[in-house]
Amino acid sequence: MRFLTDRKRAAGLGSGRQGTHHHWQMMVSSILLVPLVPILVILFAAALGGDHAEVLAFFGRPIPAILMALSLVVVIQHLMREAHAAIEDYVHGAAGKLTLIATTAFAYTMIAAGLFAIARIAL
Amino acid sequence: MVQLTLPKNSRMQTGKTWPKPEGATNVRKFQIYRWNPDDGKNPQVDTYFVDMDTCGPMILDALIKIKNEIDPTLTFRRSCREGICGSCAMNIDGINTLACIYGMDEVKGDVKIYPLPHMPVVKDLIPDLTHFYAQHASIMPWLETKTNRPAKEWRQSIEDRKKLDGLYECVMCASCSTSCPSYWWNGDRYLGPAALLHAYRWIIDSRDEATGERLDDLEDPFKLYRCHTIMNCAKTCPKGLNPAEAIANIKKMMVERTV
Repeated sequence: MRFLTDRKRAAGLGSGRQGTHHHWQMMVSSILLVPLVPILVILFAAALGGDHAEVLAFFGRPIPAILMALSLVVVIQHLMREAHAAIEDYVHGAAGKLTLIATTAFAYTMIAAGLFAIARIAL
Repeated sequence: MVQLTLPKNSRMQTGKTWPKPEGATNVRKFQIYRWNPDDGKNPQVDTYFVDMDTCGPMILDALIKIKNEIDPTLTFRRSCREGICGSCAMNIDGINTLACIYGMDEVKGDVKIYPLPHMPVVKDLIPDLTHFYAQHASIMPWLETKTNRPAKEWRQSIEDRKKLDGLYECVMCASCSTSCPSYWWNGDRYLGPAALLHAYRWIIDSRDEATGERLDDLEDPFKLYRCHTIMNCAKTCPKGLNPAEAIANIKKMMVERTV
């Protein structure tokens, strides 16, 4: 039992003075995804049906490799921010913070692994 | 962690079925949530039968008839009976609305009435709106000025006054906030659509001189940015307002002053 006034409970710790940056980043990545996702689909469709050497040769060319790398970074960062919002919604307290850290680590690991794979194919 | 199931003492049980009115030919079945904090029992859903030939057209008419003629212990808030006071907000047929302006003909089949969702219940159909009102107070729902008070009134152009239309009509019935999943999960920190609609009403008031401070106070991942544009608020508002649009406009102003 804590003897807090209703107003004190509603005010909590006050405003965090942030959130707009995250909101703006989500808008920017959403806009970037509008052309990137169809491009990604077209790239995969173009490579479809080839044997292993042909697919490697296709994604080893500069434009497909750069577009793949771009899509990888933008998509995973976008997903990570969405996941953060969902975690903040549903998982509270220490478990929430640990889940946020784990999600961030997973997302950056995926980006690093993806970029390494693309670099290995292209270079 | 979000709780997805009701605790044992909140699970609803089948309640009492009250007898049908004698001699009535046009009878409608009402299933109404009942909970009394004094009897230690779980909530239950009581069944009532109302003679529609001697009842008014609105849901509130039926509730008043039940209270007057069948079960005087049925508890609910009501006052103006014309959609102005916001007292009789409740969940009717799955929609948060005002019982006084929701017509019986808008409900197909049995009429199911519950209190506003996800709020502590005081008794029967009465939710505890203490925190909701405190959140409203926290956004300073009044004119804030720094300039010396003018000799007459604070002047406002017709165009600027028109910007308040669709906002000032809110009667704080809490239908929108209690329909919002974000408010269900994070109502302790998220201000909810009603408080944010009121915040926007003062942010865009041309006479108000605390616009920056108001935006500062709202810029928070929880107070404002828990809104995920689910739109339940706009769908359920019994006054036909659009709190989601007001929240989107606040976000636009936030971006405008940052980027």
